[in-house]
Amino acid sequence: MFEGFFALIWIVIKILAIALPLIGVVAYLTLAERKIIGYQQSRIGPNRAGVRGLLQPIADAIKLVFKEMIFPTASNRYLFIIAPLLAFVPALVTWSVIPFSEGLVLADVNAGVLLVLAFSSLGIYGLLLSGWSSNSKYAFLGALRACGQAVSYEIPMGFALVGVLMAADSMNMSEIVRHQAGGIWHWYAVPLLPLFLVYWISGLAETNRAPFDVAEGESEIVAGFHVEYSGMGFALFFLAEYANMALIAILTSLFFLGGWNSPFEGAGWLPSTLAWLQAPCMLWLFIKTGFFLFLYLWIRATYPRYRYDQIMRLGWKVLIPVTLVWLVVEGLAIQWHVQPWFV
Amino acid sequence: MMHDNHTWILATLLTLGLWLWWAYARANQLSLLQTAWHLLRSFTLFDLLKGLTVTGKHMFIRKATIQYPEEETPISPRFRGMLALRRYPNGEERCIGCKLCEAVCPALAITIDTEEREDGSRRTTKYEIDAFKCINCGFCEESCPVDSIVVVPEMHYHMEERGENIFTKEKLLAIGDLYEDRLASDRREDEAYR
Repeated sequence: MFEGFFALIWIVIKILAIALPLIGVVAYLTLAERKIIGYQQSRIGPNRAGVRGLLQPIADAIKLVFKEMIFPTASNRYLFIIAPLLAFVPALVTWSVIPFSEGLVLADVNAGVLLVLAFSSLGIYGLLLSGWSSNSKYAFLGALRACGQAVSYEIPMGFALVGVLMAADSMNMSEIVRHQAGGIWHWYAVPLLPLFLVYWISGLAETNRAPFDVAEGESEIVAGFHVEYSGMGFALFFLAEYANMALIAILTSLFFLGGWNSPFEGAGWLPSTLAWLQAPCMLWLFIKTGFFLFLYLWIRATYPRYRYDQIMRLGWKVLIPVTLVWLVVEGLAIQWHVQPWFV
Repeated sequence: MMHDNHTWILATLLTLGLWLWWAYARANQLSLLQTAWHLLRSFTLFDLLKGLTVTGKHMFIRKATIQYPEEETPISPRFRGMLALRRYPNGEERCIGCKLCEAVCPALAITIDTEEREDGSRRTTKYEIDAFKCINCGFCEESCPVDSIVVVPEMHYHMEERGENIFTKEKLLAIGDLYEDRLASDRREDEAYR
């Protein structure tokens, strides 16, 4: 009688074990962003709250929680409240199919990749509704831009994943990682290098991050879709954006950089004292994810914002053709069993 | 049999590739060589990586931040900040009420009233500077024949009540007493260039 109940409790514990560290990572990602971008601009960044600014995210969180939520008079109140939730929930739900290590996954579904694609598209509804329900021209323009961009870049992203699916012959995330075992040359970033780059660039655009952050382009439309939000509403959009960043980073590591497989796997030249480096481990996945998160910030500190028509040109006239061409090449490589990737 | 297939597919792909190359060159009005170079540069992300190395290097250079309340930028001995009235070493105020500063002040920030003291000398009864009007030009200091009104190199001051922007004679003299040593050292430092 209680078995179902205990199973439920166990699942809730597992969810918390994923969601709480994730929110911690998101909080400190904001600090890392301000620090790293500061350093790359020869500044120090926040260093007043706590030692070297380590308490800054907590101070920010407290500030946002205690701020008043302002509802614009002419807004659609119901949609205005539900929009940040619509952005935030899919960003968290997607983490349910992410495997962190062999067998360490909340929901080991067979169509994990499909679920990831579906839920990352669902987040766009939050942005669209927030822009529409705010009844503000800036929010509306931001939402339109965000949607157009997300819809366009979903195509090269999907095509890049098709390449991964073809190579791994599976839609299960753990299976995809398992297929990349056997050393650094077996990671899909090697045979699918163009798709890897396309996936990463589309990921930048999907999460509305620099240099594709026209949806919240400060110089033109103030803050874009979330211009009317304050307090917790704003915090939820913020959390959603950063959770999505972390998601894209970990997905890229899983799909293209061998997930939890060690980069030293099969490296015979390692001295025997360092042989443990060859074992697959969750830490490898986190190191790779951390690198991509750092790349997000690095790119933001480096490149100026794309013009909107340039974003569309890049998406439709460069990335999509590149993926299509490489899918053909990969198809031939699979047909002809090119070693060592396509056995 | 299988091999024939391969050859055909490869030949088709090669032809397609060559045609794309030619079409791209024609569309952009470039020579074939230029096109190849252009495509190579774009698809290896050469310029983007170059940009990343610049910001990457800047992560490790010395930071330009000056952490203000603890650190400050160096101040020139000629810095024109707050105003002050000086005294002679025996404690007598320098100002003789000639009103040259009042006359020269372009912002009309100085107001002076004078009367005869018991010893027969002319002294100010009122010497007020409106800090809101003052533009820190230092003309008053230049015009003063007895080196009484001076600008001191102090910029960190504030007012909390309405009316405190009017610096009275007592206040100005007090400021002068506070900054006498600093003024002397600044003058010594700047002497060679005057």
